[in-house]
Amino acid sequence: MSALPSGQTTAPVPERTGWTGYILMVPGIVWLLAFFVIPFYSLVATSLYDPNGSTYAGYEMTWAFGNYADAISKYWGPLLRSLLYGGAATLICLVLGYVLAYAIAFKAGRWKNLMLVLVIAPFFTSFLVRTLSWKLLLADDGFIVNALKFVHLLGPDGRLLATPVAVIAGLVYNFLPFMVLPLFASIGKIDHRLVEAASDLYASPIRAFFKVTWPLSLPGVVSGTLLTFIPAAGDYINAALLGSPRQRMVGNVIQNLFTAANDYPSAAALSMILMLIILVMVLLYVRKAGTEELL
Amino acid sequence: MSSVAEKGLELEALTKEYANFTAVKSLDLHVPTGSFFALLGPSGCGKTTTLRMVAGLETPTSGRITLGGQDITFAKPYRRPVNTVFQNYALFPHLDIFENVAFGLRRRKVSSVDSQVKEMLELVELQSQARKKPAQLSGGQQQRVALARALINRPEVLLLDEPLGALDLKLRRAMQIELKRIQTEVGLTFVHVTHDQEEAMTMADTIAVMNNGVIEQMGAPAELYENPKTTFVANFLGQSNLIEGQVRGVEGDFVRVDMQGTLVSIPTSRSHVKAGSKFGWVGIRPEKVLIGGPGDPIDAPGNSIPGGVVTDVSFVGVSTQYLVRMPWGQELQVFEQNTGRRRLFAVGETVDMSWRPEYAFLLDHEQDAAAGVEL
Repeated sequence: MSALPSGQTTAPVPERTGWTGYILMVPGIVWLLAFFVIPFYSLVATSLYDPNGSTYAGYEMTWAFGNYADAISKYWGPLLRSLLYGGAATLICLVLGYVLAYAIAFKAGRWKNLMLVLVIAPFFTSFLVRTLSWKLLLADDGFIVNALKFVHLLGPDGRLLATPVAVIAGLVYNFLPFMVLPLFASIGKIDHRLVEAASDLYASPIRAFFKVTWPLSLPGVVSGTLLTFIPAAGDYINAALLGSPRQRMVGNVIQNLFTAANDYPSAAALSMILMLIILVMVLLYVRKAGTEELL
Repeated sequence: MSSVAEKGLELEALTKEYANFTAVKSLDLHVPTGSFFALLGPSGCGKTTTLRMVAGLETPTSGRITLGGQDITFAKPYRRPVNTVFQNYALFPHLDIFENVAFGLRRRKVSSVDSQVKEMLELVELQSQARKKPAQLSGGQQQRVALARALINRPEVLLLDEPLGALDLKLRRAMQIELKRIQTEVGLTFVHVTHDQEEAMTMADTIAVMNNGVIEQMGAPAELYENPKTTFVANFLGQSNLIEGQVRGVEGDFVRVDMQGTLVSIPTSRSHVKAGSKFGWVGIRPEKVLIGGPGDPIDAPGNSIPGGVVTDVSFVGVSTQYLVRMPWGQELQVFEQNTGRRRLFAVGETVDMSWRPEYAFLLDHEQDAAAGVEL
């Protein structure tokens, strides 16, 4: 641009019409409207319909906030169970996933990429098929149950299927990759020289881990636990296939209300309750673990 | 070993081998307590590996490291009274400056952390930055935090791994003086690894020049510069003219060498050729070479070497650097202070050259005359 005549130091900036930005946003906005705003509005509306209506007779909007109270009083058991199973599965995933992600990031060497592929590989098979195969693995005469009976960890009539253990095991198995990948991304970014510096400054390997590696991996821990807990708490496949009615989670109840009982208002209210509970928990969690120390 | 050797840092036959090469070959080194010691060498010469072995971050293949008489060869890094200022500083990004500096004290459960950290931050003039995160500081400030974080533990040896490499020239000069001041003030042993020969000479009281895993020569900066023992040291530490010569024999305190037809004398204390060698490299630093017009009196008692032709003149301000092609085809470098006593020579002029015999040195002819020349 040195050929420009003196006085004109820069090329003229094309005038902004102000419209380009908005035009670029249109596809995204249309998408959000069609697949988030409208369905969400419909869900909120349904949750306030008159509970005495039916899909055949049609529903009336009666602002029936009582639907919420009814849903909580009727289904607090499955609600609590969902949070419990989801929480337990998330914790187990965190422990297993952290060790795995750490090993892949720091110790795998040239096997790193292969191991990452192996973590994702189960996704190439359907979620349902994989959960069904767990049904076979944990079956009453399967080798796992027999082995546990042999070492007397399980009584002669003991079983794994239709117990919380089976449901939580299924959740852990199905959601582990959602934990490993963000953890790997976070741990892999940690400069190993920081760990060396900690050890040079009198930190034993354990202290170096808790003072340097762990705090620096917190972004991965936060996103991994969220990505695991939210779908795990709302899951119904694992409870349906590996559990019994006594392991019913809130997802099973909602599915049943929508498809079998045709009670749309209660189903919608229960969905909203689950969403609100998770939203509040996530906000509290992120505020506690995330924002202050991470940035 | 005398009682002096029991103090300070002692490396004995220290060796580090990797799968396909040897990084450090049977290194012997003594660093006395309270000294500022520099390990100088080009990249890949094994100096950083040596430092990491002293810090405990690398396990030696063989050999021994003792500190104050205690064997620490295989001690865990967190159990050694040694701290490191890392090349990239390696500050903890999630901790503020105060906590970075306090890290070592907290790990050792020292009381009075607060007052000690404050004192240390004052020493490196960063009191006002205590609550900032490392990423908010400039490179020079981060460097001082790294120094404070290591110094606060009062290690028996402070290791510095090219700590000034990432700074720009002006800041580097300022930090060199600062580091030297702090070292004198706290009186700790500093071992400084660098590839910058000027930095090593300005700061250290002893320099060990390393090349290919071995120490080529060790001594005070002036001693190394004035009397290099190998062609590598002669070229890596400053610049040298190395001229092939035939050794004629020893006369008293001098070795007589026929240097391309001119007989020159070199003190025996500065001759590093093997006994009985027929050839040698006559070395002379460019600033020790005196230059004059043909037949002009030159202020040097040695023989003058006639017939040089100026091929390049670089005016640097305080000095002028000439390249002079000698009758035997070699180009020699001459640095001359611009005292203004004589006009500058121009390209193509014929000149005489000379130097005082006590400045020349004689090196082993089997060594590569281009070893250690910086590209």
